[in-house]
Amino acid sequence: MRYIEEFRDPKAAEGLLSAITRVVDEIGATFENPVHIMEICGGHTHAIFRYGLDRLTPPGVEFIHGPGCPVCVLPMSRVDECVELAERPEVIFTTFGDAMRVPGTRKSLMQAKAEGADIRMVYSPLDALELARRNPDREVVFFGLGFETTTPSTALSVQQAAREGLENFSVFCNHITVPPPIKALLDDPHMVLDGFVGPGHVSMVIGTTPYNFIAEQYGKPIVVAGFEPLDLLQSVLMVLTQIRDGRAEVENQYARVVPEDGNPISLAAIDDVYEKRPSFEWRGLGEIDESGLRIRAKYAPFDAEEKFGIGYGAGPRVVAEPEGCACGQVMTGRIKPTGCPQYGIGCTPEMPLGALMVSSEGACAAYWQYGGLRGLSDTTATSPMEPAE
Amino acid sequence: MCLGIPGQIIEITDEVRQMAMADISGVRREVSVAPVVDGPLDGLIGSYALIHVGFAMALIDEDEAARTLEALQGLGEAQETLDAMEDGARALEGQS
Amino acid sequence: MNMHAKPKLRDGVVTLAHGGGGKAMRDLIDDVFTSVFQPASMEDQARLTSTALTEPGAQLAFTTDSFVVDPVEFPGGDIGKIAVCGTVNDLAVGGAKPLWLSAAFIIEEGCDVALLRRIVASMATEADKAGVRIVTGDTKVVGRGSADKVFVTTSGVGVIPAGRNLAADQVRPGDVAIVNGVLGDHGAAILAARGDMALSSDIESDCAGLGHLMEAVIDAAPNVRAARDATRGGVASALNEIAQTAKCGIVIDEDSLPLRPEVKGVCEILGLDPLYLANEGTLVLFVPPHEADAAVAAMRSTPEGRNAQIIGTAVSDHPGTVTMRTRFGGGRIVDMLVGEQLPRIC
Repeated sequence: MRYIEEFRDPKAAEGLLSAITRVVDEIGATFENPVHIMEICGGHTHAIFRYGLDRLTPPGVEFIHGPGCPVCVLPMSRVDECVELAERPEVIFTTFGDAMRVPGTRKSLMQAKAEGADIRMVYSPLDALELARRNPDREVVFFGLGFETTTPSTALSVQQAAREGLENFSVFCNHITVPPPIKALLDDPHMVLDGFVGPGHVSMVIGTTPYNFIAEQYGKPIVVAGFEPLDLLQSVLMVLTQIRDGRAEVENQYARVVPEDGNPISLAAIDDVYEKRPSFEWRGLGEIDESGLRIRAKYAPFDAEEKFGIGYGAGPRVVAEPEGCACGQVMTGRIKPTGCPQYGIGCTPEMPLGALMVSSEGACAAYWQYGGLRGLSDTTATSPMEPAE
Repeated sequence: MCLGIPGQIIEITDEVRQMAMADISGVRREVSVAPVVDGPLDGLIGSYALIHVGFAMALIDEDEAARTLEALQGLGEAQETLDAMEDGARALEGQS
Repeated sequence: MNMHAKPKLRDGVVTLAHGGGGKAMRDLIDDVFTSVFQPASMEDQARLTSTALTEPGAQLAFTTDSFVVDPVEFPGGDIGKIAVCGTVNDLAVGGAKPLWLSAAFIIEEGCDVALLRRIVASMATEADKAGVRIVTGDTKVVGRGSADKVFVTTSGVGVIPAGRNLAADQVRPGDVAIVNGVLGDHGAAILAARGDMALSSDIESDCAGLGHLMEAVIDAAPNVRAARDATRGGVASALNEIAQTAKCGIVIDEDSLPLRPEVKGVCEILGLDPLYLANEGTLVLFVPPHEADAAVAAMRSTPEGRNAQIIGTAVSDHPGTVTMRTRFGGGRIVDMLVGEQLPRIC
């Protein structure tokens, strides 16, 4: 596959890893005193574990898995509202597969579907639009979930619905934005971050300038990264090099996809369809100012909150985290997944307690699925193909 | 977050709705090219775009991709040189 | 009975009358099923003789499986082909020579008779290829919505010749893991065929009977330890089952996994892992290292094994766990699938 295979070349990885090791040595970072690098995006978390990059980089580099997994930061109250919408007899509830297993207080969308709710997994909001065209006597609600990468696709779909006058299509908008939680993390006095690997696909929409505050106000390096293993390793090297040189800049490793100013058409669609909410609740992080988007009044007929009197539009609804769940502390990097008292005990992929165990992008699920510390030492997972006996 | 994959635009399927067929490793999916429209739609045919949830979100810049790869290859070659130097140093130590 | 009588069934769709026990049911069974399967008698039970069974030390192998698939016809096969191949393969991977099958059909009211005929025809074709006979069967008709067109259950009987003992607990460290072909074609073909994700591709299901392939492997590599067909849950689940039963670890090599580019494409688009995609004609087997090359060569001599490939090794480390060496030399666990693999978008 063009633009993929060449960025998965193991030979080039060797060179990158040696260079990373050299720079880590020059910084003087060690296992006991590592450089803390947060990959903000859940897609990066997934890639790090999928390719085993965490085991390849020297012990002086510690990855902290950031809040960029929309499913993981989705509060239970939002899941409950999804279930309520989906259980209305007139509604066809459409969602990305990611959200199906997230537990609400009563049930997940998966359970609601089993009980008879008409819930359809879609690949695209365009598929939800098509369902609305084909089912004029039903209400098709699309669960708008995700960061700036996904936000324009929902906006463009709402604009399309408006053009066609598709009155039976609406969006339950839970879109969120990346910079505010990063600021919240940087303001946290417990935070020990030395640098960031920035979310490449968010940045193809918003560009790189919205991260300037990270470098300018907080003095931390950030490198916007692609999603292939070589992209990630190169970005880690670029962050480390900045740290070694005492620089704090916004750099762009993913220039083949990310223009500095982002995508003007997508940004215009976002601006046309949404406005900022005063604040939005993040699971594990609490309410964060101006971190969520809602549909503007001029598109009110396509806003499921308006149409069905639900969500933030109907007033705040707060649901406490399940007892013993330490997702918040894991997400802020205060503890590792294995430091959570419920990890692997009360919380497993079969029976997730917290959201980080639900999505495969969640730090806990990735740890579990791809071999974080489940009685496996780092050496055995990389043992060579030769038989041991 | 934000799974995206490079695909090639092979055909415009709906001028009005700005829809096109994308080929991703032999799998075809109709996508919206609305975010990357810049002039006549036909001009997009043959180009590679980053596909996310059924939208071509960005055109892939061939030159930038080549530049990144060049830098990566440079590192690989630098590594080979370093390895050779270390081997040389080890050989010298062996002699002394 | 006269097998070449004019078809008695005039109806275009199955109705509840065809399940009522009367003449309509008889007509459906005679015309659609027994005229094709041609059982030796019309008694309520098949009467079987086999000289193979009287061989000292031979074992009887018996298995059953139910088949539901949406859509019932898909590129590369249909539910009938899967129902025969699946049960034949369950026998074959145990070293059994498949002999007889039963076939039971739960038919939804309104199901096209023409569809049933196509399914039955492909069952007959696959049974012929595999050298098995469909000797007994049953039909039931249920109300609209109580089934999805047609569900098929097949049971199979075979004979394991004396001296063969293929079982997961025979696998030991050092044994070599081999697959007979590319991974995930069936799962990817079905995903595309369902149309929910609006993907189109030329991927066909790998659905195939593996009896002849297994016989060829056992001839060439008589000490083959164990084999599993990698159906639901994919190769990852088959390997995990073997690792847990054998109480050994398994290490596979990412670079060695045979994958079609289109299947990679589907996986990249939807965020799926091909190791967990279903197969219907792919198995993984373990042989001692000195027989590995012979086993691969034997597989490659059969149509179902053209893409046979060594994918990994059993090890004494991490018993019960499957790990994968990534292309980078990084490592990760290949766990059992939790529930269903869902398309990932964010």
